[in-house]
Formats: sequence, C-alpha cells, structure tokens
Amino acid sequence: MIPNDLRYSREHEWARVEGNRVTVGITDFAQHELGDVVFVELPHPGDEVKAGQPMATVESVKSVSDVFAPVSGKVVAVNDVLVNEPEKVNDAPYSDGWMVVIEMSNPAELGDLLDADAYGKLVEEGGH
Amino acid sequence: MDQDVHAKRTPLYDWHVGHGGRMVEFGGWELPVQYDAGIVAEHLQVRAKAGLFDVSHMGKIMVSGPGAKPLVQWLITNDVDRYGPGQALYSPMCWPSGGVVDDLLVYPLGPEQFLLVVNAANTDKDLDWISQEAQRYDSVAVENITASYAQAALQGPLAASILQRLTDFPLESLGSYEFADGVEVAGISCLVSRTGYTGEDGFEIYLPAGQGEQFWEALVAAAKPGELLPCGLGARDTLRFEARMPLYGQELDDETTPLEAGLGRFVRLDKPAFSGREALQAEKAGGLRKKLAGFRMVDRGIARHGYRVFHDGQPVGIVTSGSFAPSVGQNLGLAYLPPALTELGTTVYVEVRGKPLAAEIIRTPFYRPAPPGLRSQAGITNPYRRSTRHDSQ
Repeated sequence: MIPNDLRYSREHEWARVEGNRVTVGITDFAQHELGDVVFVELPHPGDEVKAGQPMATVESVKSVSDVFAPVSGKVVAVNDVLVNEPEKVNDAPYSDGWMVVIEMSNPAELGDLLDADAYGKLVEEGGH
Repeated sequence: MDQDVHAKRTPLYDWHVGHGGRMVEFGGWELPVQYDAGIVAEHLQVRAKAGLFDVSHMGKIMVSGPGAKPLVQWLITNDVDRYGPGQALYSPMCWPSGGVVDDLLVYPLGPEQFLLVVNAANTDKDLDWISQEAQRYDSVAVENITASYAQAALQGPLAASILQRLTDFPLESLGSYEFADGVEVAGISCLVSRTGYTGEDGFEIYLPAGQGEQFWEALVAAAKPGELLPCGLGARDTLRFEARMPLYGQELDDETTPLEAGLGRFVRLDKPAFSGREALQAEKAGGLRKKLAGFRMVDRGIARHGYRVFHDGQPVGIVTSGSFAPSVGQNLGLAYLPPALTELGTTVYVEVRGKPLAAEIIRTPFYRPAPPGLRSQAGITNPYRRSTRHDSQ
C-alpha cells in the first residue's frame, strides 16, 4: 500500500505536498514494522523543524522510534487526535494517522524525497 | 533484524515462520516476538481466553543422584522440604554475595532427581555455577537437557478446558504450582505443570523435542474458533510485567538481591545453609539499600528499561521495566528506589528524552485476575479500546 500521489523519505515518512505546505505521517510499512502504536509525541505548532532531524516520537509496545522531518520549515498544524488515539497510526497511516503539517522553508528539499516507485523498491529490499 | 548467526531454533521454529511469527533473537534463541494479531491482541487474548507460547528455549538442567537434594538445597534460597511431592517451587538462586545468579523453577521428580528450569540467557552461567558447587557433594550428576525437550505454555482462563480435551488426566486435580509427570496429552507423554509467567491460570507442558510440533498442532486443533491465539515474546513480557513477575536482566541481576526485588517470601533464612544466606541475613538486619516499586506515569510518556528516576532533582533510581500495560490501560513501570520513596502515593520523576515526567508510586501487581467463579459474569475489565477490533478478527 504505497499511494502514488505522495513523496517518501528513506526513513519511512510520507509527505503530501499542497502548495507550500506538506502533510507528514509514517508509511504503512513503518507502522507494520513497529507493531501496535501506543504513544505519539508531536511537536508544537510554531516549532521549526529541519529536514532529516527528529521532529516526533512514536512508541509501540516494544520500541521507541523517531519520526524525521522530510523537509525543513515551520510546524503549522499537528494531529492532536493521536494523543488519545495513537492506534490511528496503525489503522490509517495515510489518512487519519497524519502527524504534522509543515510550511516549507526550502521547497527544493522535495527533490531529495522518493516517488512511490522508488519507495516501493526500497521496501521490497527490506526497507533499509 | 540483527539475528545472531549462532541463535538456536526450537522444535517449533518452522511452525512459527509458517504462521506469521516475527522472529527475533532472545537469549540465544530465535523466537517470535509476535504473530500477525500483534502484541496487544495476544496479551488481551491471554487475559480473556487463552494463548499458546513456545518456551522451549527455557534452560532445563537435571540434577540427579544421592547428592542431588543437598546440592539443590545449597543452591536455592527457597526450601524443598516445605513442598510435598508433585509441587513445583519457584526460587531465586544466589551468589555468596546475595546477588541473583538466576531465578528458576524446581521440579522434585523423585527423592534423588530434580529438574531445574532456568532462564535461557543464563543457562551456561547456571551450569557453570551448579557444576562448580556440585563438587562439594558426592554422587551427583548435573546435565543440560534443554535440547531434548519442547516446552509450551498454555495460559489464560480457558487453558484448562482446552487442554482437558486432549487428556484423560483430571486437570482439576492439579492446583497452582502442582505438576504431574508421565501425563498422556494428545498421545504424547508429558510433564504437565500448573505454572506460568502471565499472572493467569495455565499450564507449562514439557515433552520430547521430536514431538513438539505434533503436540502444538494438536493443541491448536483442540481449541474452538476464537479461543486460542499463538503468542510471542512481546505479549509474554507485557503479561509478566503487569503481574509483577521479575525478568532476569531487568528486575534481577548478579548485583541485586531477592530481598530488594521483593522476593523475600522465597528466601528461607531459617534453612540451615544456602549460598548467599549470610549476605541476605545481614542485608535484612541492616535494612535494604533499594527496593523494587511500581509506578504509573502521571504525565504523558512511557518509562522504559534503563531510564533514570529523580526525586527533589536528584537521581534516585533506575527503571527496570516500563510499558503501556494493555490490561490496565495505563503507562506503568517498575523501578529500584530508596525504600523511603516507595510509599504508595509518592511522586517521583522519570527522565524521558531529557524531560522529567511525573509518576506516582502505586500498588503491585498492577493486574490481578478475577477469581475464576466471577470471571464469566463480570468478564475482565478491559479499558483498552482496540480490543473490539481484534476480537472480531
């Protein structure tokens, strides 16, 4: 399950680009690897994030994982629903499980992200 | 997956791989951490119905001969003489320093034969220690028989009724921590023990390795749809954690004593002699340096093994285990703390990613099963909201 209209990082985040804004979440592959997500910690609106740097934390029963910002910019929205319903990351990683919206400061960084085909290949190779 | 090239495989390895088991290395063995249902669903299944675990990795050490009983009595802090025939006993095994070599189950199979079931990761260390101490006694043999046996744990309120379908042996005659050897289950001669590591009723069954898969398949077939899920190490850990059963390497280690771990009722200081007795007696007389306590996170966050605990801005202890607790619906933890800070209601702070998060000392075990009679009417309170989704699968 790799939607064609999204861009992907090598760390298994997806990015939906709408104008200057990018909605970010983790991929179906990532949620499956993590197992049951029981805790999500998100940045605050107004926080600056940097491409490739941790911006959020996802915890499953057994693991703690960073979520990396796929692009640099300012956080303009976060999905507070995940605070009480972290399982949405498992149930609907590409829709209700979205995490943050970033207003890009350097749209050229989108060029570093993968398209669906390239990401599909990465996942087939085991995801690393 | 960083799998150790030397990791051993249990007799059920192929079954796990063929049934969606996500294999990881644990204590030198390749075992499933979960199956497709996931850790939370497997955990809740054991609380509500039944789960089946492959625990063949547990180390099995046979001690036999005229010197077997004196050796076992020297090794363990519990007292074999307090238990009758057919009773298994749990015990710490201590270094002379009082630190824990391992915690184990002892099955007195006969007056001169004892089966010790130890933690997989400690099997070699235990064998070295036991063999060394065996030199104090005449005529005692110490043998590692781990590879000869498969071991399954069938756990949960439906465990007895499922297992009964495969045997004429009256399982109701086995009380908690009682066992019977040579019980025919699905046509296979087994040692059936009413023990487990989940806080639920259930059985651990030992049988010849070559018949492991046949036995496992028979158990799965004996369960009605929805009654039984195969469960992995992940659920085994969250279940034992809620029941406050210690995990060696987390709550117990070479430097921690059973008194500190809250296992005092398994330490018989009135027994004439055992390894660690003097040290433990002195510790008891002088007061404990640290004590294991349970806490719940008040602030949002999950405490994990190794996180530091603070009080009044000072580091006061370390988290041994911490997790979201599926049957409690809260983020809980266990930590070693100065005894004065283990009073119920005390606020401490757990350092999570550099931030001090408030936690409150609470009573343990975090979870106790409902008495069997009440279970069917009341059910088990399960605040975890995903259960319905998984139950319907």
